[in-house]
Amino acid sequence: MSPLYLAHSKEIAARVLDGEMMIMSARDSTLFSLNELGTIIWQAADGATSLEEIVAQKICPEFDVEPTEALKDAEAFVRELAEHGIMLLSDQPIAPPAAASKERA
Amino acid sequence: MTLPTLISIHDVTINIGAMPILVRTDSPEFAQMLEDRYGKFVTADAAAAVMELEIELIPPGRVCDAEDVSVRREAGRWVMERGDFRAEWDPQCRRGWVRQSASPYAIDGVLRILHSLILARQGGFLAHAASAVRNGRAFLFCGVSGAGKTTISRLAPPDVVLLTDEISYVRGFRIQDSGFGGPKSEVRSPHSQARTPDSGIQITDSESRPPSSEPETQCPARSPQPPAPDPSSLAPDTWHLTPAFEAFGTPFAGELARVGENLRAPLAALYLLAQGPENRIEPMSEAEAARELLQNILFFARDEELVGMIFQTVCDFVRRVPVRRLVFTPDARVWELIG
Repeated sequence: MSPLYLAHSKEIAARVLDGEMMIMSARDSTLFSLNELGTIIWQAADGATSLEEIVAQKICPEFDVEPTEALKDAEAFVRELAEHGIMLLSDQPIAPPAAASKERA
Repeated sequence: MTLPTLISIHDVTINIGAMPILVRTDSPEFAQMLEDRYGKFVTADAAAAVMELEIELIPPGRVCDAEDVSVRREAGRWVMERGDFRAEWDPQCRRGWVRQSASPYAIDGVLRILHSLILARQGGFLAHAASAVRNGRAFLFCGVSGAGKTTISRLAPPDVVLLTDEISYVRGFRIQDSGFGGPKSEVRSPHSQARTPDSGIQITDSESRPPSSEPETQCPARSPQPPAPDPSSLAPDTWHLTPAFEAFGTPFAGELARVGENLRAPLAALYLLAQGPENRIEPMSEAEAARELLQNILFFARDEELVGMIFQTVCDFVRRVPVRRLVFTPDARVWELIG
């Protein structure tokens, strides 16, 4: 399986409130909120780190999950975000300008 | 020989949210209607207007085919349409026009849209909410139609001043804190008049807002503008600035059919209304508060940049202003919990 790189769409605004990642699609004003696992993946989506690395480095050490199963779930999750237009996916690293978004801590 | 015709021009300056808009019409009847409708919000200080709107009155009937309100940016101008009006606003020139019949609802709709666009850049918003001032502090009561905005307004005791029972006007401002423990003073956006392309007003916002992509255009001459203050007096890096929010009265009335008071006060709390068997206040998480408040924001434009700004403003808001759920029964005792 080829690596999957992920980055935030430019057309979003995002903030963490109470540890919950809130993301608004500026395109259609849809609001998304991510749980703890989703927030970890979202925050690690820098365009340069593959999803496999994110799962191995950020998720498996923190949660009692089997790596293959975790990667499968994580991929389904990021593909869903991509379908909503708030995340970009590529089999190549994604250049920083595409990863820039209106996000604040 | 044809006698020359005199066309009289009537200017009415409507000051909502400390943002005076001059409305110009050649109809004395329409001007009188504006003065009657916006009463306390009409100001004699036309020179303070931050924009001008020319009204073109047409016979009653549909102005355009749009069923719902449509607000879009075209070549640097905002185009606003609804069945009963068509309007354009050029934020560079701070001028616009409205084609409508003499109906008050059309100009009311245009004003709401204009203020929602201006506020988005100023760290503010319009919300489906009643608001009122008690002991110098403002309280918002937010909810969709039927949630109880009019009811709680009607139940307000005499010491409460009503700002609106329908559409609340909220804008962020900065408290200047010298860091030496002295009294704080406020930097309110309407007084800092260095101009941004869209709103004509710039707030002293130390947090970055993306620059406007509005193209530069040549504007025809217009009325003299109020003098800009010394920019150095507003430099954000000389102060520790604490963001906060204040509420303004609006003439946008709901079922109470009563224009709010034209005053402003710092916001003490926002209550999301829920009717129940007793009066109580429940805590809410910031995330929950942001989700519900976003559902009650009035914003009409499909514009990625402004939608992003409103989202950030709402997130700032729920972190600075206490947001609670107010479960209430239609009983005046609910006001014992407020203020």
